[in-house]
Amino acid sequence: MNNSMTMNGGHSPGEVHSVRGYIFVFIALLAGTILTVWASFIQFGSREINIAVALVIASVKAFLVVAYFMHLISERKMIYLVLGFTAIFFAGLMGLTIWSLSPNSLIHIQNVP
Amino acid sequence: MDFPYIVEPRRDTGLYNAKLGIWLFLASEVMLFGALFSAYVLLRVGADPGMWPHGWLNVYIGTANTIVLITSSITTVMAWVSCKQRQFGRFKFFHALTILLAMTFVCIKSYEYHDKFTHYEITLASGKFADGHLVEKSKDFDLAKKTGRVTIHGYEVEHEVELMDMQRPEARNIHREEITIPATDIKKMERYGPWHHTYLAIYFTLTGLHAFHVICGALVIGFLWGPGSRMWKTDPERFTNRIEVSGLFWHFVDLVWIFLFPVLYLL
Repeated sequence: MNNSMTMNGGHSPGEVHSVRGYIFVFIALLAGTILTVWASFIQFGSREINIAVALVIASVKAFLVVAYFMHLISERKMIYLVLGFTAIFFAGLMGLTIWSLSPNSLIHIQNVP
Repeated sequence: MDFPYIVEPRRDTGLYNAKLGIWLFLASEVMLFGALFSAYVLLRVGADPGMWPHGWLNVYIGTANTIVLITSSITTVMAWVSCKQRQFGRFKFFHALTILLAMTFVCIKSYEYHDKFTHYEITLASGKFADGHLVEKSKDFDLAKKTGRVTIHGYEVEHEVELMDMQRPEARNIHREEITIPATDIKKMERYGPWHHTYLAIYFTLTGLHAFHVICGALVIGFLWGPGSRMWKTDPERFTNRIEVSGLFWHFVDLVWIFLFPVLYLL
């Protein structure tokens, strides 16, 4: 089997993606899944640390999928622009969520004396 | 009328129409799931101390489903690679695997849903709580009329809070047995449906929406594998673009699950 292929169409001419590379990413994703489960059974001292560890592993797995399976690592500027706006709005959404958890945030109902 | 840039990329953006379209769609999907993740955070942080469940889902089944979905991602990539290499037979093989894996995922998810809908929390008249899976209800069982009895495979606890953290060491050693409870001893009986707890509400919402995406993606891939593959003979480049676009959607579905699995099953 040919282990490399030349892309055309929506990708740069001459750009090469390796089938071996996809298989490596697949194995890394499987390993990441097992690592996530294993880490969840370890008590790191607080549940917050466990949550952080799980989310870091999930983020690495997500990066592998987006960068290599979805070819974002070699994508066009227009796609980066679309995703840049998405990232800003997503960060805003999560920022508002975290801000709303603060007892001093304006959305909390204040006790009337 | 011929539409431009269906196959060849636009010179300024370097993209064909469907490619830009799917990324715009995926951007909207990020915000859709982002809103639900935000709801999850608010529900979790807003829960009373000790009343957010842990270990209510089977980690091994969730892990198996994660592996199924990751495997379907590589078969999707390989199907696209096969098209690029002009190997139609290999494309058919890999996408048949993708469809089978998608069906496996949905079957496992259905089993998990069934498990939840046959799981009951029973508030007893004594103030204790019984929890377990339904074994049988007597024919005359009627909670309103207080007739008959119900049998579950589970255990009893003194306080409801003891049902929340099933990851704690004592919970793992709980002895489960068949318990028969007369309707007269039951104050309240509730399945582990979305109405039972805010955790289950967000669990069913998130996984239900995700499963809907899996089913829709599988239908599109199934169409491209079956009747839609006729385009290969007339316009292989355009067909390959379709495989790429459907693949991008499928990888997004995988991406969402990568976050759903730890958030709902492990944390």
